[in-house]
Amino acid sequence: MHNKTLAELADGLKSGEFSSVELTTHYLDRIKSLDSQTNAFISVTEEQALSQAAEADKTRAAGDATALTGIPIAHKDIFCTEGVKTSCGSKMLDNFIAPYESTVTEKCNNSGLIMLGKTNMDEFAMGSTNESSFYGPTKNPWDNTKIPGGSSGGSAAAVAARLAPIATGTDTGGSIRQPASMCGITGLKPTYGRVSRWGMIAFASSLDQAGPMAQTAEDAAMLMNSIAGLDHKDSTSIDTPVDDYTANLNNGLEGLRVGLPKEYFAEGLDDSVKTVIESAIKEMEKQGAILKEISLATTSLSIPAYYVIAPAEASANLSRFDGVRFGHRCEDPKDLTDMYTRTRGEGFGDEVKRRIMVGAYALSAGYYDAYYKKAQQVRRLIKNDFIKAFDEVDVIAGPTAPTTAFGLGSIKNDPVAMYLEDIFTLSVNLAGLPAITVPAGFANGMPTGLQLIGNYFQESKLLNIGHKYQQVTDWHKKTPEQFA
Amino acid sequence: MSIDHDQVAKIAELARLKLEPSQMDQYAENLSSILDLADQLQAADTDGIEPLANPLDAEQRLRADKVTETNQREHLQKNAPSTEAGLFLVPKVIE
Repeated sequence: MHNKTLAELADGLKSGEFSSVELTTHYLDRIKSLDSQTNAFISVTEEQALSQAAEADKTRAAGDATALTGIPIAHKDIFCTEGVKTSCGSKMLDNFIAPYESTVTEKCNNSGLIMLGKTNMDEFAMGSTNESSFYGPTKNPWDNTKIPGGSSGGSAAAVAARLAPIATGTDTGGSIRQPASMCGITGLKPTYGRVSRWGMIAFASSLDQAGPMAQTAEDAAMLMNSIAGLDHKDSTSIDTPVDDYTANLNNGLEGLRVGLPKEYFAEGLDDSVKTVIESAIKEMEKQGAILKEISLATTSLSIPAYYVIAPAEASANLSRFDGVRFGHRCEDPKDLTDMYTRTRGEGFGDEVKRRIMVGAYALSAGYYDAYYKKAQQVRRLIKNDFIKAFDEVDVIAGPTAPTTAFGLGSIKNDPVAMYLEDIFTLSVNLAGLPAITVPAGFANGMPTGLQLIGNYFQESKLLNIGHKYQQVTDWHKKTPEQFA
Repeated sequence: MSIDHDQVAKIAELARLKLEPSQMDQYAENLSSILDLADQLQAADTDGIEPLANPLDAEQRLRADKVTETNQREHLQKNAPSTEAGLFLVPKVIE
């Protein structure tokens, strides 16, 4: 049952092959017996899941089921879920019971999806390894001595280990795509503003975007149909028409112009990853795509620009954690300053403190122009590069990450080494573009993903290309042996 | 850009973060290497380039200035570390 895609599960529920209660129980049992091997979940909401499932079965019996009614889902623990602990992977929010529901999870609930639980993540989504979680690192289901990627590493591992058929993630600098690539699943980062950020705990507000993490592009499309769209509660949510993301999945790729940025195949890219990506691109060519070398000359500048802008926005967003209204408060504060500094010193982990300090520094008097303003100017150069590229090509293809998953603890205490791993994902967030990663094969025994970057609001095209690729390959069907 | 202990202490104070003295070396080293990375920005020619704050250059959408929220004080204060009579309690600020 757990190797079925969303579309197959929907068929099974429709035909009465199994009920939502049976399906939900199956996944809850798998989490109970197998999650100790991956640590993908922070909370499992068994009671709520079973009652939602019973409700879904009633809805179906009454003839009111929609495409997703009764299918289980796991949510990244960054989304506020009313009455359920929402930790954001931090000690700061270890005691936080969200008093309201995020728009993304509310839309999922309204579609009849069943929440299995909340998944592990880098603390406040700051990290590319899942090692900064207060709840211990998630381990890669393909090799439990390796990282799953991050920050949505728990969601990626849960789907890869088939502990959930689909999950939500968030992507500020690659946090959906990089763990999806490293765990061998499909992940879509939509255009900035396409999915509401309301109730999603903020990291860097001009970069954050939620999206689906799934086995297949078709499954991701089905979830996008539920979560995309304008939300008046998020003032940066965009009011452009929402596609039916499943409608164009089978369009042909004949004549599709695919740009290959030479900077994405340069030094730093692991040779065996390169081989996998090149053969994935050949598959697209076989289906009629036309390849064209392009240049995104600002690619290397995306790292310094991102690691100024994201920490600057984070330092402002995380000022709300002060021990007054919610979250951790230190014991016996002697005055207000003591309360603020000890609460934040105890509640935040090292990587979060580093980023808050970098942000505070970049925004401080005397440094603002040299760092923050300069980074935002470079950000426009990066966006302009993409705009120019999309004059010549329909979509851009390349690797999602320069390497496959590396060993847990191997780059501890070297934040810059971790930041450099984000080279192929950061530009997309800075420019606000959509991008998808699909499993493209194995390098060094670990999965790796092909990244496709689209023009603004071209999610349908990305899902279409991903789906067509998955019609002629079976990398997305591979599962780690101990989770088969 | 090299950051010393005094600068780390100053930034931590600005950000209201208490750091352990034993961690200062590590933070100084980490912040220095992150700022070295940030300094790569200086090589870019950005003369006359408008800073980009919103990736879509979108304007902030406004709404009518009407009260739409209901009072949920008790519900929202359930997460507060310390409250009394509907107020958030903090250590004494004024003697």
